Amino acid sequence: MSLDLSRYRDLLIALSPELVLAGWSMIILLVVAVRHRTAADLRLAGWLTFAAFVTTGGVVWWLWWNSTRSAGLAAMIAVDDFRFVTDGLFLVTGALTVLLSADYLEREELLAPEFYVLLVFATLGMMLMGGAEDLMVFFLGLELMSICVYVLSGIDRKSPSGAEAALKYFLMGAFASAFLLYGIALIYGATGTTNLTLIGAQVQALELGHSIMLLLGLGLLLVGFGFKVAAVPFHMWAPDVYDGAPTPVTAYMAAGVKAAAFAALFRVLTEAFPTVGVWHQIVWWLAAITMLAGNLIALAQRTVKRMLAYSSVAHAGYLLVAVSAGTAVGSAAFVFYLIAYILMTLAAFAVLATLGQHGERDVRIDDLAGLSQTRPGIAFALAVCMLSLLGFPGTAGFIGKWYILIAAIAAGQGTLAALLVIATAISAGYYLPVIMAMYMKPEPVDGRARAGVPLGPLAGFVVTASIAALLVFGILPSRLLELARSSGASIGATTMAVPGSPTPTQLSLPRD
Amino acid sequence: MYQAWILTALLVWPLVGAALVLLAPRQWAKHLAFAVSLGEFAISVPMWWTFVPADGMQFRCDAPWMAAWGIHYSVGVDGISLFLVLLTTFLVPLSILGSYSYVTLRERGYYALLLVLTSGMIGVFVALDLFFFYLMWELMLIPMYFIIGVWGGANRLYAAIKFFIYTMFGSLLMLVAIITLVYLVGQKTGVYSFSYEHIMANLGDVGSLAYWLFAAFFLAFAIKVPLFPLHTWLPDAHTEAPTAGSVILAGVLLKMGTYGFLRFAFPLFPAVATHPVIQTTIVVLALVGIIYGGLVAMVQPDFKRLIAYSSVAHLGFVMLGIWALNLQSVQGALLVMINHGISTGALFFLVGMIYERRHSRLIAAYGGIARVVPLFAAMLTLVSLSSIGLPGTNGFVGEFLVLLGAFQTSPVAATIATTGVIIAAAYLLWALQRVIYNPLDKPENETLLDLSIREVAVLVPLIACIVWLGVYPKPFLERMQPAAQHFIDTVKPK
Repeated sequence: MSLDLSRYRDLLIALSPELVLAGWSMIILLVVAVRHRTAADLRLAGWLTFAAFVTTGGVVWWLWWNSTRSAGLAAMIAVDDFRFVTDGLFLVTGALTVLLSADYLEREELLAPEFYVLLVFATLGMMLMGGAEDLMVFFLGLELMSICVYVLSGIDRKSPSGAEAALKYFLMGAFASAFLLYGIALIYGATGTTNLTLIGAQVQALELGHSIMLLLGLGLLLVGFGFKVAAVPFHMWAPDVYDGAPTPVTAYMAAGVKAAAFAALFRVLTEAFPTVGVWHQIVWWLAAITMLAGNLIALAQRTVKRMLAYSSVAHAGYLLVAVSAGTAVGSAAFVFYLIAYILMTLAAFAVLATLGQHGERDVRIDDLAGLSQTRPGIAFALAVCMLSLLGFPGTAGFIGKWYILIAAIAAGQGTLAALLVIATAISAGYYLPVIMAMYMKPEPVDGRARAGVPLGPLAGFVVTASIAALLVFGILPSRLLELARSSGASIGATTMAVPGSPTPTQLSLPRD
Repeated sequence: MYQAWILTALLVWPLVGAALVLLAPRQWAKHLAFAVSLGEFAISVPMWWTFVPADGMQFRCDAPWMAAWGIHYSVGVDGISLFLVLLTTFLVPLSILGSYSYVTLRERGYYALLLVLTSGMIGVFVALDLFFFYLMWELMLIPMYFIIGVWGGANRLYAAIKFFIYTMFGSLLMLVAIITLVYLVGQKTGVYSFSYEHIMANLGDVGSLAYWLFAAFFLAFAIKVPLFPLHTWLPDAHTEAPTAGSVILAGVLLKMGTYGFLRFAFPLFPAVATHPVIQTTIVVLALVGIIYGGLVAMVQPDFKRLIAYSSVAHLGFVMLGIWALNLQSVQGALLVMINHGISTGALFFLVGMIYERRHSRLIAAYGGIARVVPLFAAMLTLVSLSSIGLPGTNGFVGEFLVLLGAFQTSPVAATIATTGVIIAAAYLLWALQRVIYNPLDKPENETLLDLSIREVAVLVPLIACIVWLGVYPKPFLERMQPAAQHFIDTVKPK
């Protein structure tokens, strides 16, 4: 299906996923305004949110199935497979987070149905980020997502660490937003446009490759993105925030928020700056430092949640390797790793949420001793997560890493590939002790063993589905690889189709 | 039919068996696992006769797996891997039988892991696709990690993680090298394929990059062998593993390293491997391993650790044989690989059996037990003599061939290696003396029970092989000869 985005009807079709989700958000907001006192109300809001994600997912699938493309220049929102696949990812993350939260919120007595409204808005923001074809749309999406997530991380008002996390996240996030905005302003100053494709065309036409203003803008943009994806040295907020937030929110942040920031980063760099070579080096260094520092610091962690927080910093490094390659293989590897990363992160945090109650911050790795005897299913799930995070063959994490290695080597970055595997070997030093504690250490005899809470049916579904997907995609990844390849290739495809180099004035909002 | 499916059957059957073992009632687990492993052996045995030495790679099976990415399920064996496959299927049933009374905790998991491990080991030896090879190479880490970590000795956690990280570190760099190879060949031919044969045929000269790629393969395999000074994981892992784990580690897993050299590192980069500096370095490291392993073994108070260090020395002979690069030495190296699996496996079984009775691995805890357990003493003596390399046992044939071959290439190296044989005699005979001879001065030892029928059943096949290989190695040598010759022709500088 080909859409002419200058016509309202086609623009509405192009925006239909966002519109459907926005519509749902209004409905949920209204329902919650009336019913927000009991646990039943909470459950109702949860199911409505789940339905919102599922129906929106259906719309995205429909657009993807009809291979919808824009005929001309996409002014505000991209219409390509990359957007559909990342939208699908954000919606899956959102839906799984709903399932994870349902039991958790009741258990922790967080009877705040606003939680779900915020989740819907945050997901809407992510979708705008992943699909933004214009820096302003991207920024709006980013703010919509960020503000909701600031609140979500402090949703547990009784928890001082939650409040600390929210404040820290808010300050750091505001700081990062300022960097991004300033960067956007400078780029606009240099090229006279905020449309990604047109920026690319302008840079080429006006030979802005060495323009100080443009490079400064790009640099500030990268700093802002560095904060958002928690790349070293801009990662300091991440462990504290991940640690302090309620576990389902942490899962949502580590999986969804990070994925959205990465999707936007990837689109901006490949569409707007394909001819500016300097970012490859910057991202190269960011990737190298992030992988090594993230893994080394994670080695020293004693609590599972903090260890996972630093491990997610390290994984940002692996993803940056794929970004740094900047090739078609790189984009495919990027999409595949993103999918695998989201699955394993969600599953790991879902398992963690069942291991402790009231103070789950303190589930130490030693507390897992003997878990394989007391809760064999949970232990198995966590072991698979750890192996997948480690990138062990037989899991989707391995295929993802393998694909990133291919991308790095094909792009002539053999050194970065070697650093990646060295970082992986380091990471074995903290993933394996988890397995070791569960399977090889005896259960503590003095009754200190953590029973945790039973895995509810919904969270159980999340864990089972993610683990099954990790194992299946680890052995038979062909279809998912194909999806990753086609969606990775779709990005920047429109860049080629720009006729000449239109001046910014030629581009205007659709009028009838 | 049989030709095409046998290797796939060997790979799948243990996995099916592992699933059955997990589902079966606890008290059946070990018997079921034993039956499965005997079945595996039965499937593999006809290969001995149907194998045609002159035909090179055979029992081929090839099916697309991730075809768009050039990845196939591709397997086959030649004269190098045939014996390693047979050694694996031969040692596994014995290991399972030998674990009957040793493992009492979480039996189902233990036997299932042993069977999964079997599948992984065979996969490594038969893989002809580099992706599949890597997958199997890493996959067999997990069962071994659990076998050491859950059922091992007192210091098992340390040993398990050390084993895992050492091996993984080496193999990850190999992964980078594999992908680079595929990419290089793909650029040259336009076909991106992980097929071993495709890469072998089209790699050609890659200039100085070959040194880096060789280094990555070298690291992975040298850690596994282990070549001095990368051997430090071995004494810990072998000592802490349960008996069957030690047997499999020494008998099969170490051979993966030398097999990797024979199959991949050497043929892919012959110019690098035969570069005088590199060749000399590796031969020197092998010699250091032989002498150092023997000397360190001599002073070990722990019998199991002594055997572990003796492995370092034996594998030094294999490396020496491979790098001496003539028909005798390569055939000798192949034979030492098998002999070491049989003799050292038997030694680990014997130490495990006496450990189950006395719960001590210390040599000093015994003394004079030949009078109490004569059968055990006789078997231990025989196996020790074969490990030393006494003529008439398997150990002699292999080491003799290696020395004979090495003497033609480098008399100095052969002379130094020969002292290794003398050292082996010293440490094993001295240990024998302290364990089974000397006065019977510890009252605990006076009530030791001699070997049971089950234990004899474990040892007899091994001892039969020791004698067979020692007296009549011809059937082995004639099956190896074409493959060894082919290896030399491929790698020898023109």
